[in-house]
Amino acid sequence: MRVQERIIEGLLWLSAVITIFVTVGIIWVLLSESLTFFSEVSVLDFLTDKQWTPLFAEKHFGILPLVAGTLLTTAIAISVALPIGLTIAIYLNTYAPAGFRATIKPMLEILASIPTVVYGFFALTVVTPFLQTFIPNLAGFNSLSAGIVMGIMIIPMISSLSEDAISAVPKSLREGAYGMGATRFQTAFGVLVPAASSGILVSIILAISRAVGETMIVAIAAGQQPRLTANPLVPVETITTYIVQVSLGDVPHGSLEYRTIFAAGITLFIFTFALNNLSFWIRKKYQEKYD
Amino acid sequence: MTNSELNRFKDKAFQGFGIFCTFIGLIVLAIFLINILIDGLGRIDWEFLNNLPSRRAHRAGIYTAWIGTLWILVLSSVVAFPLGIAAGVYLEEYGKKSRIANFLEVNISNLAGVPSIIYGLLGLEIFGRVFGLGGSLLTGALTLALLMLPIIIVTTREAIKAVPRSIRDASFALGASKWQTIWFQVLPASFGGILTGVILALSRAVGEAAPLIVIGALAYVPFAPTSPLDEFTVLPIQIFNWISRPQAAFATNAAAAIIILLLITFILNGIAVYLRNKWQKKVKW
Repeated sequence: MRVQERIIEGLLWLSAVITIFVTVGIIWVLLSESLTFFSEVSVLDFLTDKQWTPLFAEKHFGILPLVAGTLLTTAIAISVALPIGLTIAIYLNTYAPAGFRATIKPMLEILASIPTVVYGFFALTVVTPFLQTFIPNLAGFNSLSAGIVMGIMIIPMISSLSEDAISAVPKSLREGAYGMGATRFQTAFGVLVPAASSGILVSIILAISRAVGETMIVAIAAGQQPRLTANPLVPVETITTYIVQVSLGDVPHGSLEYRTIFAAGITLFIFTFALNNLSFWIRKKYQEKYD
Repeated sequence: MTNSELNRFKDKAFQGFGIFCTFIGLIVLAIFLINILIDGLGRIDWEFLNNLPSRRAHRAGIYTAWIGTLWILVLSSVVAFPLGIAAGVYLEEYGKKSRIANFLEVNISNLAGVPSIIYGLLGLEIFGRVFGLGGSLLTGALTLALLMLPIIIVTTREAIKAVPRSIRDASFALGASKWQTIWFQVLPASFGGILTGVILALSRAVGEAAPLIVIGALAYVPFAPTSPLDEFTVLPIQIFNWISRPQAAFATNAAAAIIILLLITFILNGIAVYLRNKWQKKVKW
């Protein structure tokens, strides 16, 4: 009996420890391939060259254009998702009746459950043609519509995490504000949002991390032209799109071109890893404690 | 306007804006769904579901794609469900205070935030090259299983956490061992919550295209896979492939395939929501 218990505990432990192997595996794969890459391409070139043309005859390995494309689409997505998502969070928390909130929350979650390839189709075939009717020089592939659609996708992420943070503000603070004669608007922006600011910040950081790693929407709608620009109307290429582009082609395994996807991958990984850990840190450090 | 009138006006204005924001996402979603239905619904027929891929849009079907999707779902579930649930049980019931459990917890939250395409790079190297499985169904399924693990672990833990202490104490008092308590009391009591998480993980996996493209799943597979070592494609990759073609007829195909993919996603999510509600109602401690 006791032996059996021990064996079972051991098996359960092993299942949990596998997750550590996954992390180690990710870091090992990214590091080993990119170290070989960086033995042929200098890190300085990688970080400062303004061109990314590994698949052309004249090769340049500057990651900046891909990073710029990634940050541009992310910035557009956040500027759509943040105001809308935060407004929804405040509205649902302080204005909406409880029944309405209970029905609308799962409906908003639908937005997050739709496969991203579907959003990509939407961006390319609906949003871009629609925007072109009043922005005539908008290219067929552009970061604007990809970013907007990505923003719609991450609305529920910001709204639900921020709403959780606002709900966690103790009732006494809210009632205190109402008791002083504050309107719901004043209570929301004068008391609740400041009190919940660390939780809201965490939701924004996680949304940024999600947008940076998003692949199919940008691969379909934002184009495949690495370009160091802040112009949302022209085609760009994100880090993730580049990895997809190379994976679809027939780049021989073990070549320098093949290794570029791991160098791009580790750049992406560093971004999301830093953002995720920043969000843990904020959550730990600024956890509001009311008693 | 006096100050208090202005404040009341701001309050009302924000309420209007709040309603607008709450519905804008849903309205956009509705426009999109209607658009897709208009484009694609007419294209769906028996042949579309049963035809092999073709260069000619009107003869192309999604047979290989949905068979591939089915294979991937079954194979990745077989790997991810037991592992994820076991890991969740360990973290919640056994290793609560230990330092390694703390580390595991941080590690799992980190894994949940890793972009799916990075999992693709992991699968490409480890399963595809080191294990020598190439771009097979097995590589794809193992890669997606790793992607699903954090979701399953987190929901398993939440479900187990909801089982009250008294149930465990009663079981121990009757002389049950730790594992007997978990197996006969805790797991049945948290079954609904675990199942919800498992289905949500599946619905996530069914829509993934990026990691599978990276491991080398092909857009064009002439025949449906018959063994786990065969090459394959899945619905999202087929859709991506059709979207990338210039001809309008392929866009219609893409819309039709999207309807099928959304149907699968919505059904899975619907089951998850239904189970969650049913379970929450039934279990009152």
